[in-house]
Amino acid sequence: MNINWFLIVSALMFALGAIGVLVRRNPLVVLLCLELMLNAGNLALLGFSRMWGDGDGQIFAIVVMVVAACEVAIGLGIVVALYRRRLPIDVDELRELAG
Amino acid sequence: MAFFFFLFALVALAGAVGVVVLRNPFYCVLSLVVHLIALALLFLLLEAQFVAAAQIVVYAGAVMVLYVFVVAYVGGGDRPELLWRAGARQRALAIAFGAMVFIELAIALLGTGLKALDTHGAKLPADYGSPEQIGELLLNNFLLPFELASILLLIAAIGAVALVGRRGGLPGDEEALAEITPDRTLVNPVRPAASGTMAEGVGGYGITTPMPDPVTDPAARTLREDRS
Repeated sequence: MNINWFLIVSALMFALGAIGVLVRRNPLVVLLCLELMLNAGNLALLGFSRMWGDGDGQIFAIVVMVVAACEVAIGLGIVVALYRRRLPIDVDELRELAG
Repeated sequence: MAFFFFLFALVALAGAVGVVVLRNPFYCVLSLVVHLIALALLFLLLEAQFVAAAQIVVYAGAVMVLYVFVVAYVGGGDRPELLWRAGARQRALAIAFGAMVFIELAIALLGTGLKALDTHGAKLPADYGSPEQIGELLLNNFLLPFELASILLLIAAIGAVALVGRRGGLPGDEEALAEITPDRTLVNPVRPAASGTMAEGVGGYGITTPMPDPVTDPAARTLREDRS
Protein backbone atom coordinates (compact mmCIF):
# COMPACT_ATOMS: atom_id res chain seq x y z
CA MET A 1 0.00 0.00 0.00
CA ASN A 2 1.19 3.50 -0.74
CA ILE A 3 1.89 5.71 2.24
CA ASN A 4 -0.79 8.10 0.97
CA TRP A 5 -3.54 5.71 1.95
CA PHE A 6 -2.36 5.57 5.54
CA LEU A 7 -2.24 9.35 5.68
CA ILE A 8 -5.79 9.62 4.32
CA VAL A 9 -7.06 7.21 6.97
CA SER A 10 -5.20 9.22 9.57
CA ALA A 11 -6.78 12.47 8.35
CA LEU A 12 -10.25 10.90 8.50
CA MET A 13 -9.62 9.70 12.05
CA PHE A 14 -8.38 13.12 13.09
CA ALA A 15 -11.47 14.81 11.66
CA LEU A 16 -13.74 12.31 13.42
CA GLY A 17 -11.97 12.97 16.71
CA ALA A 18 -12.31 16.73 16.25
CA ILE A 19 -16.04 16.36 15.57
CA GLY A 20 -16.39 14.25 18.71
CA VAL A 21 -14.57 16.79 20.87
CA LEU A 22 -16.89 19.52 19.61
CA VAL A 23 -20.15 17.58 19.81
CA ARG A 24 -19.96 15.47 22.94
CA ARG A 25 -20.75 16.93 26.34
CA ASN A 26 -19.47 14.21 28.66
CA PRO A 27 -15.84 14.98 29.60
CA LEU A 28 -15.06 11.25 29.62
CA VAL A 29 -16.08 10.94 25.99
CA VAL A 30 -14.28 14.18 25.13
CA LEU A 31 -11.11 12.56 26.49
CA LEU A 32 -11.79 9.48 24.36
CA CYS A 33 -12.13 11.67 21.27
CA LEU A 34 -8.84 13.37 22.16
CA GLU A 35 -7.30 9.89 22.15
CA LEU A 36 -8.67 9.43 18.65
CA MET A 37 -6.93 12.59 17.47
CA LEU A 38 -3.63 11.65 19.11
CA ASN A 39 -3.77 8.20 17.55
CA ALA A 40 -4.45 9.70 14.13
CA GLY A 41 -1.26 11.71 14.62
CA ASN A 42 0.57 8.54 15.58
CA LEU A 43 -0.56 6.77 12.41
CA ALA A 44 0.69 9.68 10.29
CA LEU A 45 4.03 9.72 12.15
CA LEU A 46 4.53 6.02 11.56
CA GLY A 47 3.60 6.48 7.89
CA PHE A 48 6.27 9.16 7.50
CA SER A 49 8.74 6.99 9.39
CA ARG A 50 8.04 4.20 6.90
CA MET A 51 8.47 6.63 4.03
CA TRP A 52 11.94 7.73 5.14
CA GLY A 53 12.94 4.26 6.23
CA ASP A 54 14.53 5.32 9.51
CA GLY A 55 13.12 4.97 12.98
CA ASP A 56 12.87 8.60 14.08
CA GLY A 57 9.12 8.79 13.48
CA GLN A 58 8.59 5.81 15.73
CA ILE A 59 10.32 7.62 18.58
CA PHE A 60 7.93 10.52 17.99
CA ALA A 61 4.99 8.12 18.14
CA ILE A 62 6.20 6.62 21.42
CA VAL A 63 6.59 10.09 22.95
CA VAL A 64 3.05 10.92 21.80
CA MET A 65 1.83 7.78 23.55
CA VAL A 66 3.57 8.88 26.76
CA VAL A 67 1.96 12.31 26.55
CA ALA A 68 -1.43 10.72 25.91
CA ALA A 69 -1.05 8.48 28.97
CA CYS A 70 -0.23 11.52 31.14
CA GLU A 71 -3.21 13.40 29.73
CA VAL A 72 -5.50 10.47 30.51
CA ALA A 73 -4.23 10.18 34.08
CA ILE A 74 -4.78 13.88 34.79
CA GLY A 75 -8.04 14.12 32.85
CA LEU A 76 -9.61 11.15 34.58
CA GLY A 77 -8.35 12.50 37.91
CA ILE A 78 -10.17 15.75 37.23
CA VAL A 79 -13.36 13.87 36.29
CA VAL A 80 -13.23 11.82 39.49
CA ALA A 81 -12.59 14.97 41.55
CA LEU A 82 -15.59 16.63 39.88
CA TYR A 83 -17.76 13.64 40.71
CA ARG A 84 -16.64 13.72 44.33
CA ARG A 85 -17.63 17.37 44.64
CA ARG A 86 -21.08 16.60 43.22
CA LEU A 87 -20.44 18.86 40.25
CA PRO A 88 -22.27 18.02 37.02
CA ILE A 89 -20.25 15.79 34.67
CA ASP A 90 -20.93 18.04 31.70
CA VAL A 91 -18.47 20.34 30.00
CA ASP A 92 -21.17 22.93 29.29
CA GLU A 93 -21.94 23.46 32.95
CA LEU A 94 -18.31 23.54 34.01
CA ARG A 95 -17.61 27.06 32.90
CA GLU A 96 -15.19 27.80 35.68
CA LEU A 97 -12.89 25.24 37.21
CA ALA A 98 -11.64 27.50 40.00
CA GLY A 99 -11.78 26.04 43.49
CA MET B 1 -1.69 -6.52 1.71
CA ALA B 2 -4.26 -4.20 0.18
CA PHE B 3 -7.09 -6.39 1.45
CA PHE B 4 -5.75 -6.32 5.00
CA PHE B 5 -5.17 -2.59 4.84
CA PHE B 6 -8.76 -1.85 3.87
CA LEU B 7 -10.11 -4.33 6.41
CA PHE B 8 -8.15 -2.83 9.30
CA ALA B 9 -8.78 0.73 8.16
CA LEU B 10 -12.52 0.07 7.98
CA VAL B 11 -12.58 -1.47 11.45
CA ALA B 12 -10.52 1.41 12.85
CA LEU B 13 -12.80 4.03 11.29
CA ALA B 14 -15.91 2.16 12.45
CA GLY B 15 -14.50 2.16 15.97
CA ALA B 16 -13.83 5.89 15.73
CA VAL B 17 -17.38 6.55 14.53
CA GLY B 18 -18.65 4.43 17.41
CA VAL B 19 -16.74 6.54 19.94
CA VAL B 20 -18.31 9.71 18.59
CA VAL B 21 -21.84 8.40 18.10
CA LEU B 22 -22.62 5.89 20.87
CA ARG B 23 -24.51 7.35 23.80
CA ASN B 24 -23.42 5.12 26.65
CA PRO B 25 -19.85 6.05 27.71
CA PHE B 26 -19.18 2.40 28.52
CA TYR B 27 -19.84 1.40 24.92
CA CYS B 28 -17.70 4.33 23.77
CA VAL B 29 -14.75 2.88 25.68
CA LEU B 30 -15.30 -0.59 24.20
CA SER B 31 -15.52 0.95 20.74
CA LEU B 32 -12.22 2.71 21.33
CA VAL B 33 -10.62 -0.61 22.30
CA VAL B 34 -11.72 -2.07 18.94
CA HIS B 35 -10.34 1.02 17.23
CA LEU B 36 -6.98 0.75 19.02
CA ILE B 37 -6.51 -2.91 18.17
CA ALA B 38 -7.28 -2.29 14.48
CA LEU B 39 -4.87 0.64 14.60
CA ALA B 40 -2.13 -1.57 16.04
CA LEU B 41 -2.65 -3.92 13.09
CA LEU B 42 -2.27 -0.93 10.75
CA PHE B 43 0.99 -0.13 12.54
CA LEU B 44 2.10 -3.68 11.81
CA LEU B 45 1.39 -3.11 8.11
CA LEU B 46 3.77 -0.15 8.38
CA GLU B 47 6.40 -2.54 9.80
CA ALA B 48 6.44 -0.76 13.16
CA GLN B 49 6.33 -3.91 15.28
CA PHE B 50 7.48 -2.45 18.57
CA VAL B 51 5.06 0.48 18.45
CA ALA B 52 2.21 -1.88 17.57
CA ALA B 53 2.98 -4.07 20.57
CA ALA B 54 3.31 -1.02 22.83
CA GLN B 55 0.00 0.25 21.48
CA ILE B 56 -1.80 -2.94 22.47
CA VAL B 57 -0.09 -3.29 25.85
CA VAL B 58 -0.17 0.36 26.93
CA TYR B 59 -3.35 1.61 25.29
CA ALA B 60 -5.72 -1.28 24.81
CA GLY B 61 -4.44 -2.76 28.04
CA ALA B 62 -3.55 -0.24 30.70
CA VAL B 63 -5.16 3.04 29.66
CA MET B 64 -8.46 1.46 28.66
CA VAL B 65 -8.69 -0.39 31.99
CA LEU B 66 -8.32 3.00 33.68
CA TYR B 67 -11.15 4.33 31.51
CA VAL B 68 -13.39 1.37 32.29
CA PHE B 69 -12.87 1.85 36.01
CA VAL B 70 -13.65 5.56 35.86
CA VAL B 71 -16.72 4.99 33.69
CA ALA B 72 -17.95 2.37 36.14
CA TYR B 73 -17.33 4.80 39.00
CA VAL B 74 -18.70 8.00 37.51
CA GLY B 75 -20.57 6.27 34.92
CA GLY B 76 -23.73 5.77 33.05
CA GLY B 77 -25.47 7.98 35.54
CA ASP B 78 -25.65 10.72 32.94
CA ARG B 79 -29.00 12.10 32.21
CA PRO B 80 -29.74 11.36 28.56
CA GLU B 81 -30.28 14.98 27.62
CA LEU B 82 -26.74 15.74 28.71
CA LEU B 83 -25.15 13.58 26.05
CA TRP B 84 -26.54 14.99 22.85
CA ARG B 85 -27.92 18.24 24.15
CA ALA B 86 -25.70 20.17 21.81
CA GLY B 87 -28.18 21.94 19.60
CA ALA B 88 -28.65 20.85 16.01
CA ARG B 89 -26.88 23.99 14.89
CA GLN B 90 -23.81 23.30 16.97
CA ARG B 91 -23.73 19.72 15.74
CA ALA B 92 -23.93 20.87 12.13
CA LEU B 93 -21.16 23.39 12.76
CA ALA B 94 -18.99 20.71 14.36
CA ILE B 95 -19.47 18.34 11.43
CA ALA B 96 -18.72 21.15 8.99
CA PHE B 97 -15.58 21.94 10.94
CA GLY B 98 -14.50 18.30 10.90
CA ALA B 99 -15.10 18.09 7.16
CA MET B 100 -13.06 21.27 6.73
CA VAL B 101 -10.15 19.80 8.69
CA PHE B 102 -10.25 16.66 6.57
CA ILE B 103 -10.38 18.62 3.31
CA GLU B 104 -7.46 20.78 4.39
CA LEU B 105 -5.39 17.74 5.28
CA ALA B 106 -6.30 16.14 1.95
CA ILE B 107 -5.24 19.30 0.09
CA ALA B 108 -1.96 19.28 1.99
CA LEU B 109 -1.51 15.64 0.98
CA LEU B 110 -2.26 16.30 -2.67
CA GLY B 111 -0.04 19.36 -2.87
CA THR B 112 2.88 17.87 -1.03
CA GLY B 113 6.36 17.83 -2.51
CA LEU B 114 7.11 14.48 -0.88
CA LYS B 115 7.20 12.29 -3.95
CA ALA B 116 7.95 9.22 -1.87
CA LEU B 117 4.41 9.29 -0.47
CA ASP B 118 3.23 7.64 -3.67
CA THR B 119 5.51 4.67 -3.15
CA HIS B 120 5.63 1.86 -0.64
CA GLY B 121 8.34 3.75 1.22
CA ALA B 122 12.09 3.56 1.28
CA LYS B 123 14.06 0.35 1.38
CA LEU B 124 14.14 -0.69 5.00
CA PRO B 125 17.10 -1.81 7.12
CA ALA B 126 16.73 -5.32 8.45
CA ASP B 127 16.06 -4.23 12.03
CA TYR B 128 13.47 -1.58 11.16
CA GLY B 129 10.89 -1.21 13.93
CA SER B 130 12.48 -3.79 16.16
CA PRO B 131 13.02 -3.20 19.89
CA GLU B 132 16.78 -3.09 19.22
CA GLN B 133 16.45 -0.19 16.84
CA ILE B 134 14.03 1.69 19.09
CA GLY B 135 16.25 1.22 22.13
CA GLU B 136 19.33 2.33 20.26
CA LEU B 137 17.59 5.44 18.94
CA LEU B 138 16.15 6.30 22.35
CA LEU B 139 19.45 5.99 24.18
CA ASN B 140 21.76 7.37 21.48
CA ASN B 141 19.90 9.99 19.47
CA PHE B 142 16.94 10.92 21.64
CA LEU B 143 18.17 10.66 25.20
CA LEU B 144 16.84 14.06 26.29
CA PRO B 145 13.25 13.50 25.05
CA PHE B 146 13.37 10.07 26.66
CA GLU B 147 14.31 11.50 30.05
CA LEU B 148 11.82 14.35 29.70
CA ALA B 149 9.07 11.82 28.95
CA SER B 150 9.92 9.88 32.09
CA ILE B 151 9.82 13.04 34.18
CA LEU B 152 6.49 13.94 32.58
CA LEU B 153 5.08 10.54 33.55
CA LEU B 154 6.29 11.01 37.11
CA ILE B 155 4.67 14.45 37.32
CA ALA B 156 1.42 13.08 35.90
CA ALA B 157 1.37 10.22 38.41
CA ILE B 158 1.94 12.58 41.34
CA GLY B 159 -0.62 15.02 39.97
CA ALA B 160 -3.27 12.32 39.57
CA VAL B 161 -2.75 11.13 43.13
CA ALA B 162 -2.89 14.70 44.43
CA LEU B 163 -6.09 15.35 42.47
CA VAL B 164 -7.94 12.23 43.51
CA GLY B 165 -6.38 11.41 46.85
CA ARG B 166 -8.75 12.23 49.65
CA ARG B 167 -7.78 12.37 53.27
CA GLY B 168 -10.54 12.64 55.83
CA GLY B 169 -13.27 13.46 53.34
CA LEU B 170 -14.41 16.73 51.89
CA PRO B 171 -15.52 19.49 54.27
CA GLY B 172 -19.23 19.19 54.92
CA ASP B 173 -19.41 15.48 54.21
CA GLU B 174 -20.09 14.51 57.81
CA GLU B 175 -22.98 16.91 58.25
CA ALA B 176 -24.54 15.90 54.95
CA LEU B 177 -24.31 12.25 55.91
CA ALA B 178 -25.82 12.80 59.34
CA GLU B 179 -28.62 14.84 57.84
CA ILE B 180 -29.67 12.18 55.36
CA THR B 181 -29.13 9.05 57.43
CA PRO B 182 -28.99 9.76 61.13
CA ASP B 183 -28.40 6.08 61.85
CA ARG B 184 -25.56 5.88 59.28
CA THR B 185 -27.07 2.89 57.50
CA LEU B 186 -26.13 4.19 54.08
CA VAL B 187 -22.42 4.51 53.62
CA ASN B 188 -22.51 7.00 50.78
CA PRO B 189 -26.01 8.34 50.32
CA VAL B 190 -25.14 10.64 47.46
CA ARG B 191 -23.83 7.98 45.14
CA PRO B 192 -26.54 6.24 43.13
CA ALA B 193 -27.23 2.70 44.24
CA ALA B 194 -25.96 0.74 41.27
CA SER B 195 -22.97 2.90 40.37
CA GLY B 196 -19.79 0.94 40.03
CA THR B 197 -21.54 -2.25 38.98
CA MET B 198 -21.70 -3.90 35.60
CA ALA B 199 -25.47 -3.47 35.72
CA GLU B 200 -24.90 0.23 35.40
CA GLY B 201 -22.50 -0.07 32.51
CA VAL B 202 -24.53 -2.38 30.30
CA GLY B 203 -27.93 -2.22 31.96
CA GLY B 204 -28.63 1.22 30.60
CA TYR B 205 -29.21 2.90 33.93
CA GLY B 206 -29.51 6.58 33.36
CA ILE B 207 -30.05 6.20 29.64
CA THR B 208 -33.47 4.60 29.55
CA THR B 209 -34.32 4.34 33.25
CA PRO B 210 -33.11 6.70 35.94
CA MET B 211 -31.04 5.32 38.76
CA PRO B 212 -33.18 4.44 41.79
CA ASP B 213 -32.72 6.87 44.63
CA PRO B 214 -31.18 5.07 47.62
CA VAL B 215 -32.76 7.39 50.17
CA THR B 216 -36.39 7.12 49.14
CA ASP B 217 -36.55 3.90 47.15
CA PRO B 218 -36.40 0.71 49.23
CA ALA B 219 -35.60 -1.34 46.12
CA ALA B 220 -32.36 0.55 45.71
CA ARG B 221 -31.50 -0.21 49.30
CA THR B 222 -31.76 -3.94 48.73
CA LEU B 223 -29.68 -3.51 45.58
CA ARG B 224 -26.94 -2.00 47.70
CA GLU B 225 -27.21 -4.70 50.32
CA ASP B 226 -26.99 -7.40 47.68
CA ARG B 227 -23.77 -5.96 46.55
CA SER B 228 -22.10 -5.77 49.94
